[in-house]
Amino acid sequence: MSTALGMFLVFIAVTLYITWWAARRSSGSSAYFAAGRSLTAWQNGVAVAGDYMSAASFLGIAGIIAFQGYDGFMYSVGWLVAYLTVLLVVAEPLRNAGKYTMADVLAYRLSPRPVRAMGALSTLTVSAFYMIAQMVGAGALVSLLLKDTGVTFHTAVIAVGALMIVYVVFGGMLATTWVQIVKAALLMGGTILLSLLVLKHFGFSLGNFFTAVTQVSYHDAQGNVVTQNFLTPGLRYKPPYGALDLISLGMALIFGTAGLPHILVRFYTVPDAKTARASVVWAMLIIGSFYILTTFLGFGAATIVGRDFIAKNGGTNMSAPLLAQTLGGDFFFAFISAIAFATILAVVAGLTISASTSFAHDFWTNVLHRGKERSPGEEVRVARVTAFVVGAISILIAILLGPNANVAFLVALAFAVAASANLPVIVLSLFWRRFNTRGAVAGLATGLLSSLVLILLSPSIMKGAAVFPLENPGIVSIPLGFLGAALGALTGREPEAEEKFTELNVRANTGLGAEKAVAH
Amino acid sequence: MPTASELNDRERSNETIRSADWERVAATDEFKSLIAAKRRFIAPAVIFFIVYYFALPALVGYAPGLMSRRVLGVINLAYLFALSQFFMAWIIAALYVRAAGRFDEMARKILHRLKGGE
Repeated sequence: MSTALGMFLVFIAVTLYITWWAARRSSGSSAYFAAGRSLTAWQNGVAVAGDYMSAASFLGIAGIIAFQGYDGFMYSVGWLVAYLTVLLVVAEPLRNAGKYTMADVLAYRLSPRPVRAMGALSTLTVSAFYMIAQMVGAGALVSLLLKDTGVTFHTAVIAVGALMIVYVVFGGMLATTWVQIVKAALLMGGTILLSLLVLKHFGFSLGNFFTAVTQVSYHDAQGNVVTQNFLTPGLRYKPPYGALDLISLGMALIFGTAGLPHILVRFYTVPDAKTARASVVWAMLIIGSFYILTTFLGFGAATIVGRDFIAKNGGTNMSAPLLAQTLGGDFFFAFISAIAFATILAVVAGLTISASTSFAHDFWTNVLHRGKERSPGEEVRVARVTAFVVGAISILIAILLGPNANVAFLVALAFAVAASANLPVIVLSLFWRRFNTRGAVAGLATGLLSSLVLILLSPSIMKGAAVFPLENPGIVSIPLGFLGAALGALTGREPEAEEKFTELNVRANTGLGAEKAVAH
Repeated sequence: MPTASELNDRERSNETIRSADWERVAATDEFKSLIAAKRRFIAPAVIFFIVYYFALPALVGYAPGLMSRRVLGVINLAYLFALSQFFMAWIIAALYVRAAGRFDEMARKILHRLKGGE
C-alpha cells in the first residue's frame, strides 16, 4: 500500500510547484490577499467548491450515510442549499463594498476599530475551531490511510501543517486557489469514478441499487443480525429531540455558510460582482453534483462493503476509501486516499489564509495602526508571520488533543458561530439603515458567546448530563445573534452610520467605487 | 506585475468619487427602481427557499410515516424530497442569474449617466 504514499508525494510535488510559480508571479497586497482580483468565474467557482468540500464532507458524510442511511443524506442537502444565501444575499454586495475581509463590509459605515476588532476575533474563532477539527482529522486519517508505511499521527499532523504553511506563506491567495482547484478536480473525478463503479456493481440499474439499499444487513451492538431499510429516516436523529436537532443543524448550514470567513474572502479574488455571482453558480454546480453523488458513495459502502467490515477496518471515516478498495483494488484505494489528503490540505490552506488576512488587515493595520501601513508591504509581512504562527499553533493543539479526540462538534461550532455572529451583522449592516456600531459589536458578541455556551452545555461535551439537549445550537443562537444586534442598534443612534448607508447602498448595488482588478 | 504604487492600494481605492455623487445616484429614479427590482426578486426567492428547505427536516422529523411512504418503486418520499432540494437550488440560481442580467443593465445605465456628466 505504499502506492498511496507515492500518490501523496506526487500531489505534494505538484502543489509545491504551484506555490513556487505563484510566489514568483505575485507581489503586492492585493496579489497576496486576493490573487490580484483577476481570477475568472470558473476558477474562483471551482476554488470555492474546493474550499468548502472538506474531508468532513467527503469521508464524513459518506460514512454517516453508510452507517445511518438517509439521515446522513439530509446533511448533504443543506450543504448545497446554503449557497442560495451566499448567492442571493451576500456575495455581490460583499465584493462591491469590501477589500480583503468580512469586516471590511462592517467597517464601511460603522466605527472601524471596534467592528474590525470584533470581526477579527470572530473570524479567528471560526477558523481556529474549523482548523483544529481538520488537523486532528487529518492526522488520524493520514496515519490510517498510510498505516502500512509506519507514518504516525504526529508525522501526519506535522506534514499537513508544514505544507499548509508553505502554501500560504510563500504562495498567498494565488497558490491557495490553485491548490483548491486541483483538489476540487481530483475530488470530483474520484467521486464520479467511484459512483460509476458502484452503479456497475449493480449492473447499471438504479432499481437494483435502491432495492439493495432497502435491505442492508449488519450486526448490532448485541451481535444480532439486523436488516434495515436505509432509505428510512430516523436512524440517526431519534425522538424526542431529533427533529429539532435536524432543523437546528439546517439553520447553522443555511445561515452559517454565508458567514464563513474562508468562503467570503474568495469573492475578493474576482474582478467584479458579476464574476462573483457567476463563480457562486459554478460552485453550486460542482457542490450540488458532488453531494448528490454521496448517495452512491454512502449507500454503496453500506450495501457493497457493509457496516461490519468498515467498523472493523477503521470506522465510519474509512467508508469511501474501503469502497474504493473493494471495487477498484489497492491502486484505486491509494487514489481515493490521495484525494482525501488533497482535500484536507486545500481546506486548511484556505482557513489559514483567511485567518491571517483578517489578523493582518483588520487587527494589525486597521485596529492597531489606524489604517496605515508603517512601511510598504507591512500588511503582507504580518500576514505571512501570522500564517506561520497559526500553522504552528494548530499543529501543536492537534498533537496535544491526539488522534482519538472527538472533534466533530468543532465543525458544528464553527458553523454556529458563523451563522449566529457573522451573518446577522453582515446582513443588518448591508440592509438596515438604522444599524450601528453598538449593534454590530453586540451582535457579534452575543452570537459568539451563545454558540460557545450552548455547545459547552450540549451532549457533545456534557454527554448524558447535558443541560441543552441539542448537538447543534443554531436554533437558539442564531435568533439570539440577530436579537443582540437589533437591540444593540436600537439602544443608540449613530447619525454618521445612517448617513453613510446611502453610500454603502449605492456602492453595493452598482459597484461604483468598488476595488478594481490589478492589471498584469 | 503590480507596480510599487499598487503596493499600497488603500489610497487608490476610492478613486475620485465625491460624496455628492453617492447622494445624487441614490436620489435618481433609476437607482430606486433598481433597488425595488432587486427586492422584488430576492425577497420572495429567499422566503421560498427557506420554507422549502426547512420543510424537509420538519416533515422528516415530525411526519416520518408519511415520508417513508414509497412513491417510485422502492424509493420513498423522503429521498425524493431531499433530491428535489438540489434541483430547487439550481433552478433558483438559474432564475436569479437571468434576473441579475437585468439588474446589471440597470446599474450600467446609472453609472454611465453619472460618468457622462449632468
